[in-house]
Amino acid sequence: MDPEELFDIEMRLLLNGVRQVYGHDFTDYSEASIRRRITHWLATSGYGTLSEAQASILRDREAFDSLLRSITVNVSEMFRDPAFFQTLREQVVPHLKTYPFVKIWHAGCASGEEAYSLAILLEEEGLKGRFRMYATDINNEVLQNAQEGIFPLKEMQKYTRNYQLAGGRGTFSDYYLARYEHAIMTKSLRDQIVFASHNLAVDSDFGEMHLILCRNVLIYFKPTLKERVLRLFDTCLIPGGFLCLGLKEALDGRRIAPRYAETVPKMRIYRKSYDREQSE
Amino acid sequence: MTGNSQSKFRAVVVGVSSGGVEALKQVIGSLPGDFPLPVMVVAHISPEADNGLALLLDDLCAIRVKEADELEKAAAGTVFLAPPNYHLQVEKDATLSLSVDPPVRFARPSVDVLFEAAADAFGPALIGVVMTGAGCDGSEGLRRIKEAGGIAVVQDPAGAVADAMPRSAIEAVVPDYIVPLERIAPLLVRLATEP
Repeated sequence: MDPEELFDIEMRLLLNGVRQVYGHDFTDYSEASIRRRITHWLATSGYGTLSEAQASILRDREAFDSLLRSITVNVSEMFRDPAFFQTLREQVVPHLKTYPFVKIWHAGCASGEEAYSLAILLEEEGLKGRFRMYATDINNEVLQNAQEGIFPLKEMQKYTRNYQLAGGRGTFSDYYLARYEHAIMTKSLRDQIVFASHNLAVDSDFGEMHLILCRNVLIYFKPTLKERVLRLFDTCLIPGGFLCLGLKEALDGRRIAPRYAETVPKMRIYRKSYDREQSE
Repeated sequence: MTGNSQSKFRAVVVGVSSGGVEALKQVIGSLPGDFPLPVMVVAHISPEADNGLALLLDDLCAIRVKEADELEKAAAGTVFLAPPNYHLQVEKDATLSLSVDPPVRFARPSVDVLFEAAADAFGPALIGVVMTGAGCDGSEGLRRIKEAGGIAVVQDPAGAVADAMPRSAIEAVVPDYIVPLERIAPLLVRLATEP
């Protein structure tokens, strides 16, 4: 048997074991990505094969945590896809402002770059103190980083450019303090975001939301898990609420699609219908 | 949908960097509209680019060219370009998948990421092509394709706009074919149609 085939068998055995022992279900993740991440983890783990690693992973929580951290790290940047954030500012925020208080769920927030981007945008649009953002991720280590709001200073130049392209109304450097090689986001931004652990594959919803942002997370999921997560979002969103997906993530063909209209073409900002008749 | 029963191959993957637009015009432009395999392409382009390159090539070429969408089947007779700022991968059932994992050797999309996923998915039924470009993206991926029993094609560095990428590929593997740009498409047609 060729080594790649053997690796795939070991990977399936391991993921099944992980699901049974720890309740984390990765069997509905796209295989190419998860294989790549597990291969990467294995190369740095000191184990020769996944079979060797399996005993430790299933019996030792710390070994599992190391694997979990490594295969669930998502990366983003501030104001990634500036045109999206500009559209959000111009076409969605005016609707949000009609509510006395706005609740937002940012699902799969990773280390928080987009959470802070959104908080900046909402502050600039006059919603300061009138919104609460729940930013969730499966990976507790990146959540910790997100909560601290500390980012490499060398990224700030790029983020500043993104911020300006996204229609930023102020000076980006007003939102962080530079310390040595790092930038720390201001406390007033951090105070409006609640970072919490949440696993989209198994956990339930968060209560009523006006806006859900989940960009470039569903691309890692197989169709069954995508459907599960979209249904979860649909349950949380109020009628007239907004769902924002990544630019390459279309709702077309998904079960909840009939209840949603794309607000601006290509930006993957969907608005939930007020019409109850369209419910399943 | 994923290839022709007469072909022993199931897919072609192509990697290109500097000089890529002209090279793709030449190679993709010379493929027939009924080319019997899906073709997946990683071209290094600006992360802020739109799908202009796919539209341009689709206009110029007989074969259908489009930007890859997630969950799309890699169908024969179609060229799928990796979207700007996403890695393109392919699953074992020939479904395309995208990722925003960190750039690999400064590149997203990365040729290596596509080639490695395709080698896992298609094994010996894969043809990998490395063309003009700076850097060494694609070398590791081409090595994986060879390991899995696939075919490695490299553009002759002598005629390449940027010769580093093909040179690096030739150092990493012993390619099955080293050919000038204009002979790549005829070679692919021959490989794809011979029993």
